[in-house]
Amino acid sequence: MKVPILSDLKSKGESPEYLFWVGCAGSFDDRSKKVTKAFVKILNKANVSYAILGKEESCTGDPAKRAGNEFLFQMKAISNIEILNSYNIKNIITTCPHCFNTIKNEYPELGGNYKVIHHTTFINNLIKENKITIGGGYYKGKKITYHDPCYLGRANGIYEAPREVIDKLDAELVEMKSCKSKSLCCGAGGAQMFKEPEKGDQDINVKRSEEAINTDSEIVAVSCPFCNTMMSDGMTAKQKNMDVLDIAQMIEKAEDL
Amino acid sequence: MVEILPNIIFSLILIFALGFFVKNIQRLIKVIKMGKPINRTDNPSKRLSNLVRIALGQSKMVTKPISGFLHVIVYVGFIIINIELLEILIDGVTGSHRFFSKYFNPFFYDFLIASFEILALLVLISVIIFWTRRNIMKIKRFLSAEMKGWPKFDADNILYFEVVLMLLFLSMNATDLILQDRGFEGYYKAGSFPVSSFLVPIFDSFDTSTVYLYERIFWWLHILGILFFLNYLYYSKHLHILLAFPNTYYSNLEEKGKFGVLESVKNEVMLMFYPERASNENNQVEKFGASDVLDLNWVQLMNAYSCTECGRCTSECPANQTGKKLSPRKIMMDTRDRLEKVSLNISKNKGEFIDDGDRLLDNYISKEELWACTSCNACVEVCPINIDPLSIIMDMRQYLIMEESSAHPDLNNMMNNIENNGAPWPYNQLDRELWAQETQ
Repeated sequence: MKVPILSDLKSKGESPEYLFWVGCAGSFDDRSKKVTKAFVKILNKANVSYAILGKEESCTGDPAKRAGNEFLFQMKAISNIEILNSYNIKNIITTCPHCFNTIKNEYPELGGNYKVIHHTTFINNLIKENKITIGGGYYKGKKITYHDPCYLGRANGIYEAPREVIDKLDAELVEMKSCKSKSLCCGAGGAQMFKEPEKGDQDINVKRSEEAINTDSEIVAVSCPFCNTMMSDGMTAKQKNMDVLDIAQMIEKAEDL
Repeated sequence: MVEILPNIIFSLILIFALGFFVKNIQRLIKVIKMGKPINRTDNPSKRLSNLVRIALGQSKMVTKPISGFLHVIVYVGFIIINIELLEILIDGVTGSHRFFSKYFNPFFYDFLIASFEILALLVLISVIIFWTRRNIMKIKRFLSAEMKGWPKFDADNILYFEVVLMLLFLSMNATDLILQDRGFEGYYKAGSFPVSSFLVPIFDSFDTSTVYLYERIFWWLHILGILFFLNYLYYSKHLHILLAFPNTYYSNLEEKGKFGVLESVKNEVMLMFYPERASNENNQVEKFGASDVLDLNWVQLMNAYSCTECGRCTSECPANQTGKKLSPRKIMMDTRDRLEKVSLNISKNKGEFIDDGDRLLDNYISKEELWACTSCNACVEVCPINIDPLSIIMDMRQYLIMEESSAHPDLNNMMNNIENNGAPWPYNQLDRELWAQETQ
């Protein structure tokens, strides 16, 4: 698939409107790569002027910071900011709430000031501006539940954009027992994604998956690569065939992109 | 002389009680100020609106409707009945009886006394329900390990206190009403008593001098109880009735996902990246993160004193819900317990802290608790007075990683990967765009 790389565009003297920050999961994790590709298809369909950093992209430093390694975080942040500023980047889209939160909230104090948009907000805006239209009724009447990522919801107060997209799919949104500001974490935040959980009587992702299963929905919509992994694993643990899909993948399917 | 003796005794007790209270509050402020500096004075209008909405307006309490509603009753009762307290203090010092009744319109005075009585009854009912929830209904958040011993005793004490104070208040009014009806000297008709009039039959068979004796006993016990309760606050979780206000005012206004940049690290990192830009100030090596209470900032210390141990944070915590050791409430209780110990140590040693071989990390809060946190902010979001247990957890993780290098082993792999190949997993940075070449 054709994906514009920022350094190529620069050598042609072009500067795109948006940088799509793919993120580590979006680049390497099999589930998340599908989300990345789905989102690229949406960007292409809507004729968005964008590029990715490609080989110049690196971890934002989020997991290091949440683990407590402020040194490593700041070193990653400052070298990322140098690259972003050298390209004079103004707008960044991310498909990962952790990248979103870190670049939006924690880079400014280190000299990186950008307008950062999460892909669910971006997609919602594209639909509102009629840059993509959703027809076909692929999800019409289907029960869908939405899992709020902590770093999009509580951390940044974004609860409605993903719900508005689901609403536009003509689907029936069913909320879980705990949702929005009271949503239960998937268990991956704060660097937990990269370690085994502490001893307890249940894994958090299994508990959250139970809440999703209890809604009797066909699909759990997610908007974070870590939540995607955790909820998919949770469904496997519960031996349930419930689809776990990112908002971008749902648009991809609805639009047959 | 004999006639004004009670007023003299009362005034002395009042001065002693208030003096003791002020002394303790001054000590409290001094202890909170031992915390590291943090700037929380920006945007005063937003801060004031938080104070008004969250502390004064109880907006976050009512997210749990039952306990929230009952709490609002007790809170409103507490504030309104304090108007009556003012009259009691004036009567006590000057020897007057129902001082306000002489100056207020009689209908207004009747209305005031009646509303105090109705509120007192509502408070009494609410407090009994609170006690039932804590002691009979087995609500999970009141039964956690950290609630055993003093915290449980403290919580029940406060409820007993409130029951006794409300009963004394109503009995005082009932006996006063009898004396008014019998035309006892000094007890002219004043006030309307919709609740305490039901207590009249208990005392009505006594002769007037006995009723007078009871009235005096109730009056004295009520005010002495209040003065004792005022001074109990400092030693109790109940300090929140005062600290909720500064606690909400000085709470974090940034997005919850934003964890501040650690300046001491920034200085060192900047020195590595831009040696020419580094300032010559701040050259002393600082400790990174927190291993003990004095490494925390003053807002975190104030948080610890403000916590009333309601446990809403712990019941929302995903780690706690799935049986892990972490309990955000325990983080706050541990911080306060340790801080009390450290401040005693400092006042005993003439202003200097002498190492007692103890610290917040390990001796109070274990690594297992710290590593169980998902940083999901559920505890911060739900706290009715904006306490931030997560900030303490993160500061302690910083100490673990940057000072003790004692990260969880899995996390060391993740950090090595980030350092060496720019991703938390062992993939090559040069392969970052390979996904674009894959066909599904």
